[in-house]
Amino acid sequence: MRLLAVTVAALALASPAAAACPTLADLEGKLICPTCKTTLDQSDAPVARQIKSYVQRRVEACASEQQIKDELVAEYGPAVLAAPPRKGFHWLAWLLPLAGLLAGAAVVSTLVWRWSRTRPPPEPSVDSNGRLGLDPELERRLDEELARFDG
Amino acid sequence: MAGRLKLAAQVLALALVAGLFGILVWKLARQDEGASEKLGRGQTPPAPSFRLDRLDRPGKLALAAYRGRPVVINFWASWCDPCEEEAPLLEGVWKRYRSRGLVVLGIDANDLTSAARSFARKNQMSYPIGHDGPGETLTDYGVAAFPETFFVARNGKLVCERLQGGVHLDRNRDRFDACVEEILSA
Repeated sequence: MRLLAVTVAALALASPAAAACPTLADLEGKLICPTCKTTLDQSDAPVARQIKSYVQRRVEACASEQQIKDELVAEYGPAVLAAPPRKGFHWLAWLLPLAGLLAGAAVVSTLVWRWSRTRPPPEPSVDSNGRLGLDPELERRLDEELARFDG
Repeated sequence: MAGRLKLAAQVLALALVAGLFGILVWKLARQDEGASEKLGRGQTPPAPSFRLDRLDRPGKLALAAYRGRPVVINFWASWCDPCEEEAPLLEGVWKRYRSRGLVVLGIDANDLTSAARSFARKNQMSYPIGHDGPGETLTDYGVAAFPETFFVARNGKLVCERLQGGVHLDRNRDRFDACVEEILSA
Protein backbone atom coordinates (compact mmCIF):
# COMPACT_ATOMS: atom_id res chain seq x y z
CA MET A 1 0.00 0.00 0.00
CA ARG A 2 2.81 2.38 0.97
CA LEU A 3 4.67 1.51 -2.23
CA LEU A 4 1.58 2.32 -4.29
CA ALA A 5 1.19 5.69 -2.55
CA VAL A 6 4.83 6.56 -3.17
CA THR A 7 4.53 5.58 -6.84
CA VAL A 8 1.37 7.66 -7.28
CA ALA A 9 3.01 10.64 -5.58
CA ALA A 10 6.14 10.30 -7.75
CA LEU A 11 4.07 10.13 -10.91
CA ALA A 12 2.04 13.11 -9.85
CA LEU A 13 5.21 15.11 -9.29
CA ALA A 14 6.92 13.89 -12.44
CA SER A 15 4.04 14.42 -14.88
CA PRO A 16 4.00 18.24 -14.98
CA ALA A 17 7.78 18.33 -15.43
CA ALA A 18 7.65 15.79 -18.23
CA ALA A 19 4.90 17.75 -19.92
CA ALA A 20 7.00 20.92 -19.75
CA CYS A 21 10.00 19.35 -21.49
CA PRO A 22 10.29 20.51 -25.11
CA THR A 23 11.11 18.14 -27.97
CA LEU A 24 13.68 18.45 -30.72
CA ALA A 25 10.81 18.89 -33.20
CA ASP A 26 9.53 21.87 -31.17
CA LEU A 27 12.82 23.66 -31.60
CA GLU A 28 14.01 22.64 -35.06
CA GLY A 29 11.80 25.17 -36.81
CA LYS A 30 12.83 27.96 -34.44
CA LEU A 31 16.59 27.67 -34.90
CA ILE A 32 18.76 28.62 -37.86
CA CYS A 33 21.75 26.75 -39.22
CA PRO A 34 24.56 29.38 -39.12
CA THR A 35 26.19 28.31 -42.39
CA CYS A 36 23.19 27.53 -44.60
CA LYS A 37 20.78 30.12 -43.11
CA THR A 38 17.77 27.79 -43.14
CA THR A 39 15.94 26.36 -40.17
CA LEU A 40 17.36 23.18 -38.67
CA ASP A 41 14.46 21.06 -39.88
CA GLN A 42 15.44 21.91 -43.46
CA SER A 43 19.15 21.42 -43.09
CA ASP A 44 21.48 18.49 -42.88
CA ALA A 45 24.68 20.56 -42.84
CA PRO A 46 27.36 19.43 -40.35
CA VAL A 47 26.82 22.44 -38.10
CA ALA A 48 23.05 21.85 -38.19
CA ARG A 49 23.66 18.27 -37.08
CA GLN A 50 25.88 19.57 -34.28
CA ILE A 51 23.14 21.92 -33.05
CA LYS A 52 20.46 19.20 -33.32
CA SER A 53 22.63 16.86 -31.31
CA TYR A 54 23.12 19.55 -28.65
CA VAL A 55 19.40 20.31 -28.52
CA GLN A 56 18.62 16.60 -28.22
CA ARG A 57 20.94 16.29 -25.22
CA ARG A 58 19.43 19.34 -23.54
CA VAL A 59 15.89 18.13 -24.27
CA GLU A 60 16.71 14.80 -22.67
CA ALA A 61 17.92 16.73 -19.63
CA CYS A 62 14.54 18.50 -19.71
CA ALA A 63 15.96 21.98 -20.16
CA SER A 64 13.29 24.54 -21.04
CA GLU A 65 12.93 25.89 -24.56
CA GLN A 66 14.04 29.35 -23.45
CA GLN A 67 17.03 27.91 -21.62
CA ILE A 68 18.17 26.01 -24.72
CA LYS A 69 17.70 29.07 -26.90
CA ASP A 70 19.71 31.23 -24.47
CA GLU A 71 22.54 28.71 -24.44
CA LEU A 72 22.64 28.56 -28.23
CA VAL A 73 22.59 32.35 -28.52
CA ALA A 74 25.55 32.47 -26.14
CA GLU A 75 27.40 30.04 -28.43
CA TYR A 76 26.37 31.13 -31.94
CA GLY A 77 24.98 34.63 -31.43
CA PRO A 78 21.39 35.89 -31.88
CA ALA A 79 21.38 34.92 -35.59
CA VAL A 80 20.80 31.33 -34.52
CA LEU A 81 17.19 32.24 -33.68
CA ALA A 82 14.68 32.13 -36.54
CA ALA A 83 12.63 34.90 -34.89
CA PRO A 84 14.40 37.78 -33.13
CA PRO A 85 14.02 37.87 -29.34
CA ARG A 86 11.39 40.24 -27.95
CA LYS A 87 13.78 42.56 -26.14
CA GLY A 88 15.83 45.72 -26.68
CA PHE A 89 16.69 46.68 -30.24
CA HIS A 90 15.19 43.41 -31.54
CA TRP A 91 11.70 44.78 -30.81
CA LEU A 92 12.09 46.84 -33.99
CA ALA A 93 11.88 43.67 -36.07
CA TRP A 94 8.46 42.96 -34.54
CA LEU A 95 7.13 46.51 -34.41
CA LEU A 96 8.21 47.88 -37.79
CA PRO A 97 6.07 45.49 -39.90
CA LEU A 98 3.10 46.21 -37.62
CA ALA A 99 3.72 49.96 -37.90
CA GLY A 100 3.99 49.62 -41.68
CA LEU A 101 0.73 47.72 -41.79
CA LEU A 102 -1.05 50.33 -39.68
CA ALA A 103 0.40 53.20 -41.74
CA GLY A 104 -0.72 51.48 -44.94
CA ALA A 105 -4.21 50.95 -43.56
CA ALA A 106 -4.36 54.63 -42.53
CA VAL A 107 -3.30 55.79 -46.00
CA VAL A 108 -5.85 53.53 -47.73
CA SER A 109 -8.62 54.64 -45.34
CA THR A 110 -7.81 58.30 -45.96
CA LEU A 111 -7.85 57.83 -49.74
CA VAL A 112 -11.14 55.93 -49.66
CA TRP A 113 -12.68 58.62 -47.45
CA ARG A 114 -11.52 61.36 -49.84
CA TRP A 115 -12.80 59.53 -52.89
CA SER A 116 -16.17 58.99 -51.27
CA ARG A 117 -16.47 62.77 -50.62
CA THR A 118 -15.62 63.74 -54.20
CA ARG A 119 -18.96 63.97 -56.07
CA PRO A 120 -19.20 64.17 -59.86
CA PRO A 121 -20.42 67.57 -61.25
CA PRO A 122 -24.24 67.78 -61.61
CA GLU A 123 -25.66 66.67 -64.95
CA PRO A 124 -26.93 69.68 -66.98
CA SER A 125 -30.71 69.80 -66.76
CA VAL A 126 -32.82 69.54 -69.90
CA ASP A 127 -36.12 71.49 -70.23
CA SER A 128 -39.36 70.27 -71.81
CA ASN A 129 -38.18 71.39 -75.28
CA GLY A 130 -35.08 69.30 -75.03
CA ARG A 131 -32.84 72.32 -74.50
CA LEU A 132 -30.07 72.37 -71.97
CA GLY A 133 -31.10 74.23 -68.87
CA LEU A 134 -28.51 76.94 -68.20
CA ASP A 135 -27.74 79.08 -65.24
CA PRO A 136 -30.13 82.13 -65.45
CA GLU A 137 -27.23 84.60 -65.36
CA LEU A 138 -25.41 82.72 -68.13
CA GLU A 139 -28.62 82.48 -70.12
CA ARG A 140 -29.17 86.25 -69.81
CA ARG A 141 -25.62 87.00 -71.01
CA LEU A 142 -26.00 84.53 -73.86
CA ASP A 143 -29.25 86.18 -74.94
CA GLU A 144 -27.58 89.62 -74.89
CA GLU A 145 -24.70 88.41 -77.06
CA LEU A 146 -27.04 86.73 -79.52
CA ALA A 147 -29.19 89.89 -79.68
CA ARG A 148 -26.09 91.90 -80.62
CA PHE A 149 -25.43 89.56 -83.53
CA ASP A 150 -29.04 89.69 -84.61
CA GLY A 151 -29.05 93.48 -84.44
CA MET B 1 -2.74 73.27 -38.40
CA ALA B 2 -3.53 70.73 -41.14
CA GLY B 3 -0.68 72.18 -43.20
CA ARG B 4 1.78 71.67 -40.34
CA LEU B 5 0.63 68.10 -39.85
CA LYS B 6 1.05 67.43 -43.55
CA LEU B 7 4.56 68.93 -43.51
CA ALA B 8 5.50 66.86 -40.44
CA ALA B 9 4.24 63.68 -42.14
CA GLN B 10 6.24 64.49 -45.27
CA VAL B 11 9.41 65.16 -43.25
CA LEU B 12 8.88 61.92 -41.33
CA ALA B 13 8.39 59.93 -44.53
CA LEU B 14 11.50 61.47 -46.07
CA ALA B 15 13.52 60.72 -42.92
CA LEU B 16 12.31 57.13 -42.98
CA VAL B 17 13.26 56.67 -46.64
CA ALA B 18 16.65 58.31 -46.01
CA GLY B 19 17.22 56.04 -43.01
CA LEU B 20 16.38 52.89 -44.97
CA PHE B 21 18.63 54.04 -47.80
CA GLY B 22 21.44 54.63 -45.31
CA ILE B 23 21.02 51.11 -43.90
CA LEU B 24 21.13 49.68 -47.44
CA VAL B 25 24.34 51.58 -48.28
CA TRP B 26 25.95 50.54 -44.99
CA LYS B 27 25.03 46.90 -45.58
CA LEU B 28 26.37 46.94 -49.14
CA ALA B 29 29.57 48.64 -48.01
CA ARG B 30 30.08 46.04 -45.29
CA GLN B 31 29.50 43.17 -47.73
CA ASP B 32 32.17 44.61 -49.97
CA GLU B 33 34.69 44.65 -47.16
CA GLY B 34 35.61 40.95 -47.32
CA ALA B 35 39.40 41.03 -47.30
CA SER B 36 39.54 37.89 -49.43
CA GLU B 37 37.92 39.72 -52.36
CA LYS B 38 40.65 42.34 -52.34
CA LEU B 39 43.27 39.64 -51.98
CA GLY B 40 41.74 37.86 -54.97
CA ARG B 41 42.15 41.04 -57.04
CA GLY B 42 45.87 41.03 -56.31
CA GLN B 43 45.72 43.68 -53.55
CA THR B 44 47.31 43.31 -50.14
CA PRO B 45 44.66 44.62 -47.74
CA PRO B 46 45.35 44.98 -44.03
CA ALA B 47 44.39 41.83 -42.17
CA PRO B 48 41.08 42.60 -40.40
CA SER B 49 41.68 42.92 -36.68
CA PHE B 50 39.95 40.70 -34.18
CA ARG B 51 39.82 40.21 -30.45
CA LEU B 52 38.29 36.90 -29.43
CA ASP B 53 37.95 34.76 -26.33
CA ARG B 54 40.70 32.20 -26.24
CA LEU B 55 39.62 28.63 -26.58
CA ASP B 56 42.80 27.02 -25.32
CA ARG B 57 43.08 29.05 -22.13
CA PRO B 58 41.51 32.07 -20.41
CA GLY B 59 42.09 35.48 -21.95
CA LYS B 60 41.78 37.13 -25.33
CA LEU B 61 43.32 36.46 -28.68
CA ALA B 62 44.00 39.69 -30.58
CA LEU B 63 45.72 39.91 -33.94
CA ALA B 64 47.22 43.25 -32.91
CA ALA B 65 49.36 41.44 -30.33
CA TYR B 66 51.27 39.73 -33.16
CA ARG B 67 52.05 42.82 -35.22
CA GLY B 68 55.56 42.58 -36.65
CA ARG B 69 55.45 38.80 -36.89
CA PRO B 70 54.43 36.59 -39.80
CA VAL B 71 51.06 35.03 -39.04
CA VAL B 72 49.14 32.10 -40.51
CA ILE B 73 45.41 32.40 -39.72
CA ASN B 74 43.38 29.23 -40.03
CA PHE B 75 39.58 29.20 -39.79
CA TRP B 76 38.13 25.91 -38.62
CA ALA B 77 35.26 24.22 -36.79
CA SER B 78 35.02 20.95 -34.94
CA TRP B 79 32.28 19.64 -37.27
CA CYS B 80 34.50 20.08 -40.33
CA ASP B 81 36.28 16.91 -41.46
CA PRO B 82 38.96 18.56 -43.66
CA CYS B 83 39.83 20.76 -40.66
CA GLU B 84 40.73 17.65 -38.73
CA GLU B 85 42.79 16.30 -41.59
CA GLU B 86 44.95 19.43 -41.84
CA ALA B 87 45.30 20.05 -38.10
CA PRO B 88 48.56 18.02 -37.75
CA LEU B 89 50.14 19.98 -40.60
CA LEU B 90 49.37 23.33 -38.96
CA GLU B 91 50.69 22.09 -35.64
CA GLY B 92 53.87 20.93 -37.40
CA VAL B 93 54.37 24.30 -39.12
CA TRP B 94 53.83 26.13 -35.82
CA LYS B 95 56.46 24.01 -34.07
CA ARG B 96 58.97 24.10 -36.93
CA TYR B 97 58.90 27.86 -37.60
CA ARG B 98 58.08 29.47 -34.28
CA SER B 99 61.80 29.97 -33.65
CA ARG B 100 61.78 32.19 -36.76
CA GLY B 101 58.92 34.26 -35.35
CA LEU B 102 56.04 32.62 -37.21
CA VAL B 103 52.72 32.36 -35.41
CA VAL B 104 49.82 30.09 -36.30
CA LEU B 105 46.46 31.39 -35.05
CA GLY B 106 43.38 29.21 -35.16
CA ILE B 107 39.91 30.76 -35.28
CA ASP B 108 37.17 28.36 -34.36
CA ALA B 109 33.89 29.75 -35.72
CA ASN B 110 30.21 28.73 -35.81
CA ASP B 111 30.97 26.07 -33.28
CA LEU B 112 30.17 24.88 -29.78
CA THR B 113 32.89 25.80 -27.30
CA SER B 114 32.86 22.37 -25.67
CA ALA B 115 33.07 20.52 -29.01
CA ALA B 116 35.86 22.82 -30.18
CA ARG B 117 37.88 22.23 -27.00
CA SER B 118 37.56 18.46 -27.41
CA PHE B 119 38.64 18.79 -31.05
CA ALA B 120 41.71 20.86 -30.13
CA ARG B 121 42.67 18.43 -27.37
CA LYS B 122 42.19 15.38 -29.58
CA ASN B 123 44.32 16.88 -32.35
CA GLN B 124 46.96 18.19 -29.90
CA MET B 125 46.71 21.74 -31.21
CA SER B 126 49.11 23.82 -29.14
CA TYR B 127 49.01 27.09 -31.11
CA PRO B 128 46.78 29.96 -29.94
CA ILE B 129 43.11 29.51 -30.76
CA GLY B 130 40.29 32.04 -30.55
CA HIS B 131 36.60 31.19 -30.42
CA ASP B 132 34.22 33.16 -32.63
CA GLY B 133 30.85 31.45 -32.12
CA PRO B 134 28.75 33.95 -34.11
CA GLY B 135 31.35 33.93 -36.90
CA GLU B 136 31.85 37.71 -37.15
CA THR B 137 35.43 37.32 -38.37
CA LEU B 138 34.17 35.17 -41.24
CA THR B 139 32.45 38.22 -42.74
CA ASP B 140 35.48 40.46 -42.21
CA TYR B 141 37.78 38.00 -43.94
CA GLY B 142 35.25 36.81 -46.50
CA VAL B 143 35.47 33.19 -45.50
CA ALA B 144 33.13 31.10 -47.64
CA ALA B 145 33.67 27.62 -46.19
CA PHE B 146 35.80 25.72 -43.73
CA PRO B 147 38.70 25.44 -43.50
CA GLU B 148 40.34 28.52 -44.95
CA THR B 149 43.86 29.79 -44.39
CA PHE B 150 45.26 33.32 -44.71
CA PHE B 151 48.81 34.62 -44.54
CA VAL B 152 49.71 37.89 -42.82
CA ALA B 153 53.04 39.58 -43.47
CA ARG B 154 55.04 41.34 -40.75
CA ASN B 155 53.54 44.69 -41.82
CA GLY B 156 50.05 43.41 -40.95
CA LYS B 157 48.89 42.97 -44.55
CA LEU B 158 47.34 39.91 -46.10
CA VAL B 159 49.61 38.50 -48.77
CA CYS B 160 49.99 35.50 -51.03
CA GLU B 161 46.57 33.90 -51.50
CA ARG B 162 43.92 32.41 -49.30
CA LEU B 163 43.78 28.66 -49.32
CA GLN B 164 40.24 27.36 -49.45
CA GLY B 165 39.70 23.84 -48.22
CA GLY B 166 42.07 21.67 -46.28
CA VAL B 167 45.79 21.86 -46.92
CA HIS B 168 46.74 18.55 -48.42
CA LEU B 169 49.94 17.16 -49.88
CA ASP B 170 48.31 16.24 -53.18
CA ARG B 171 46.25 19.36 -53.57
CA ASN B 172 47.84 22.56 -52.33
CA ARG B 173 50.72 21.74 -50.00
CA ASP B 174 53.27 23.36 -52.31
CA ARG B 175 51.25 26.61 -52.36
CA PHE B 176 50.92 26.52 -48.57
CA ASP B 177 54.70 26.09 -48.18
CA ALA B 178 55.38 28.89 -50.68
CA CYS B 179 53.09 31.28 -48.77
CA VAL B 180 54.72 30.40 -45.43
CA GLU B 181 58.11 31.07 -46.97
CA GLU B 182 56.85 34.37 -48.39
CA ILE B 183 55.70 35.74 -45.03
CA LEU B 184 58.84 34.48 -43.31
CA SER B 185 61.15 36.17 -45.77
CA ALA B 186 59.16 39.41 -46.27
